Amino acid sequence: MNILISHIAVPVLTTLALMFASTQKQVRTIAAGGMTIQLIQSLVLLYLFLQERAGGNDAVVLFKQSFAWYPSLGISFDLGVDGIAVAMILLTSIVIFTGIFASWEVDKLYKEFFISLIVLAAGVYGFFVSLDLFVLFLFFELAVIPMYLLIGIWGSGPKEYAAMKLTLMLMGGSALLVVGILGVYFTSDVEGVRTFNILVLGQHHIPIEMQRIFFPMLFIGFGVIGALFPFHTWSPDGHSSAPTAVSMLHAGVLMKLGGYGCLKVAMFLLPEAAQEMSWIFLILTGISVIYGALATVVQTDLKYINAYSSVSHCGLVLFAILMLNKTASTGAVLQMISHGLMTALFFALIGMLYSRTKTRIITEMGGLMKVLPFLSVCYVIGGLASLGLPGLSGFVAEMTIFVGAFEHEDLFHRVATIVAVSSIVVTAVYILRVVGLLLMGPVRNEGYYNFPKAKWFEKIATVSLIVGILVIGLTPLWLSDMIRDSLGTIVDKLVLK
Amino acid sequence: MSLQELLLLRHEWALIASVLILLVLELNFSEEKKSNSISSASILFAIVTLLGFLPAETGSTFGGMYVTDPLRILMKNILNISVLVVFLQSGAWLRTKNNYNRITEFYLLMISSVIGVNFMISAGHFLMFYLGLELLTIPIAAAASYDQYKSKSAEAGIKLILTSAFSSAILLFGLSLLYGSTGSMYFSEMEFSTNSLQILGFVFFFSGLGFKISIVPFHLWTADVYEGSPTNVTSYLSVVSKGAAVFVLVLLLVNLFDPLRQVWQQVIYGTAIFTMTIGNLFAIRQQNLKRYLAFSSIAQAGFILLGVIGGSALGMASVIYFVLVYVFSNLAAFGVVIAIEQSAGKINMKDYNGLYKTNPRLSLAMMLALFSLAGIPPLAGFFGKFFLFTAVAESGYFVLLLIAVLNAVISLYYYLLVVKAMFINKSEFPVPYFQSDYPTRIALSGCVIGILIIGFYSPVFEYIKQLCLASL
Repeated sequence: MNILISHIAVPVLTTLALMFASTQKQVRTIAAGGMTIQLIQSLVLLYLFLQERAGGNDAVVLFKQSFAWYPSLGISFDLGVDGIAVAMILLTSIVIFTGIFASWEVDKLYKEFFISLIVLAAGVYGFFVSLDLFVLFLFFELAVIPMYLLIGIWGSGPKEYAAMKLTLMLMGGSALLVVGILGVYFTSDVEGVRTFNILVLGQHHIPIEMQRIFFPMLFIGFGVIGALFPFHTWSPDGHSSAPTAVSMLHAGVLMKLGGYGCLKVAMFLLPEAAQEMSWIFLILTGISVIYGALATVVQTDLKYINAYSSVSHCGLVLFAILMLNKTASTGAVLQMISHGLMTALFFALIGMLYSRTKTRIITEMGGLMKVLPFLSVCYVIGGLASLGLPGLSGFVAEMTIFVGAFEHEDLFHRVATIVAVSSIVVTAVYILRVVGLLLMGPVRNEGYYNFPKAKWFEKIATVSLIVGILVIGLTPLWLSDMIRDSLGTIVDKLVLK
Repeated sequence: MSLQELLLLRHEWALIASVLILLVLELNFSEEKKSNSISSASILFAIVTLLGFLPAETGSTFGGMYVTDPLRILMKNILNISVLVVFLQSGAWLRTKNNYNRITEFYLLMISSVIGVNFMISAGHFLMFYLGLELLTIPIAAAASYDQYKSKSAEAGIKLILTSAFSSAILLFGLSLLYGSTGSMYFSEMEFSTNSLQILGFVFFFSGLGFKISIVPFHLWTADVYEGSPTNVTSYLSVVSKGAAVFVLVLLLVNLFDPLRQVWQQVIYGTAIFTMTIGNLFAIRQQNLKRYLAFSSIAQAGFILLGVIGGSALGMASVIYFVLVYVFSNLAAFGVVIAIEQSAGKINMKDYNGLYKTNPRLSLAMMLALFSLAGIPPLAGFFGKFFLFTAVAESGYFVLLLIAVLNAVISLYYYLLVVKAMFINKSEFPVPYFQSDYPTRIALSGCVIGILIIGFYSPVFEYIKQLCLASL
């Protein structure tokens, strides 16, 4: 069986198996087992991919497979991955794997929880492996809708408001996507039966006046889920109300669907309009980066802190994509992966701390380093990665982005880049503030000494993520080469102005 | 008239035969066993539905007043299936004390109405069309006031018959103008140019039909009638009567009124926007689930018009496919509403709070039905809506498309409200656990299976599209 099909099949089968499970133990075992298999096969996929590339196979996508679905409309179930997709799939596998362990102690409607979570993951995998716009869109919506139930049922705080806001905003984005996708479908100069296949559409041309209409739709449509200013407002509410694993998966992976879609659909299919309009979106993403970072500084709720910093970091992804060159785009993908791991780690740790302290307000806590050394050290590592310490993944990503951004020599790009770079300083401010208030200082409460130490499933979750951060930080070259090779087909169409 | 020609009418024969058989059968049931009618009517109708799937023929009879082809047969089959589902869901309601003495009559009324549907779809002449339309409506008006001890039901019946009479008058006026300007009532002989008399005639005709589909601004009867009628009749109204009118509209616009394309595209452009938007905005405020589904079905009618506007094979196919999907989704939603109304007598949205705790399967069915109506993948509704949108984009109406997709987002909001009530809200007195009778469960599972697989099973759409291409 094709390894990409089994990437969709394993979550689906896990879901089916979960439906027949009854006790909490069975549910946990099946979910963890299924996602472990998924992680292993993602590693196998990476190995096979690198093997093929090393063997000189330089096709645009590998492991291609195609099944006709709606032939009269040109819809077919086309699968295939390039280096970017492989990297994103691996990220998804790590995050969902750790997410299962981070939600080990969910005891309210646990069966439904894991089913929704894994359906969400199945949507994400389908999104990354499909080459057909219709199928891609189907999986995109499939990944969005379980969020409503996940936040609404298992969330905290103003969860109903947050769930509804998040769902409607993301669905509003996907409404724009429908228009964009159908616009591309009908205005491309494909002869005979039209097609939704991205690669085929990429070889054809769309009139520039049509591109001007549909590029903003596709870019904003994907941008909403990538927290593009001013459509980012679902993110803080949604992430702070969501249960731990859902925040991890949503900030870690789902927000990356936006960047990935912008790059591989909007920019790839509508390159001329992308060049013309990039300045508008550069300004918007620049605002995302700075505004997200500044907003983080004044937050006191740990989840809000992480949600706003996600807005800032994901803004940087779109910012880099809009620089329209290989280096910056490589950085964008690296940033997606790096941020995915970091933010998943943060949300996992926040969930673990919250289960002990019962509060997420940083000013009410303190001195956790003394009582929870393991979790606190993990938090510090995540923080350092976030502010871009060399040796950790954040440095590699941000460095690549800014080097790419500085390849532009005109004033506008320079200014934009400098503004964006300054966000690193702000990042340092809010990370160190949290570390200082939360982890250092005197222990605020005698009761803190009775906190249970980190449990085995918590250790699995955090350590796996930290390993990911370290691997990328210490040996980034194989990854950035893999991404860079795959960017050729996209960026070559975006000639620098 | 040869036997061959008579056999072209097999749908209608089968229905008429089942009416007669039912009448005779009822005479043989003793007083205590009146409820046997329920099972015999359902079985009879299941046989009729199956007979409909015999290989389709093309031809015309009654001197061209009656035409049939595979596409029309497909439409009749879709509607037959939905009537069967309505019948299966009606058992519990008919067994109640008030209805015990008039079980058979309900089925007779409904089947007569279905006969009207069939003749209307197969009409090749405007008189046949009009006869079918009236036969469709009048029995339903009687059925709408079936709960005679409830004043709302009587009100619904009166409202339905009065608006129908009014809309018939408008429609007939339109027809007379069309007759006057073309000199014929045979579809095959009517020749259209775009003179203003014909345009006026068309607009009247469209308005008359618009009442049946409940297009804004002809929708005002819908919510009241849906609310007052017995829920089983409501589900028939929202699915069969609306579906039949949509089918006829598509057939007539694309074939007969093709020369007036410029005109009707403008008309539909405007009405589609109003129908979707107003249906959605009013649905948001509803607490009574029957009114809620009424406005939701108005909004869905707006979406259906999107497919009609293209007037291409793809547009026709997307409309028919969407109606097929809508049949399953809407009947599943009504099935749950009926089941809960029968067991607990509750019909308001807040009564659904905490339903998942007590009746998980029913809640899941309702959620799938609503998600399908909202167009969420991987359910059939997603495919239905996407193809409608494709049809709009094909004709280049991108602004209309944008308005439509935004409306789809609005509709998601109120569909989620019910999901929220069932899964998230808590209630001190949720609807207690209950199990409905076998036929209801079969019907509901059938609908849910339909919602789950129709989208994935692409030959359904491809077959419909082929038939549409052949009919152009």
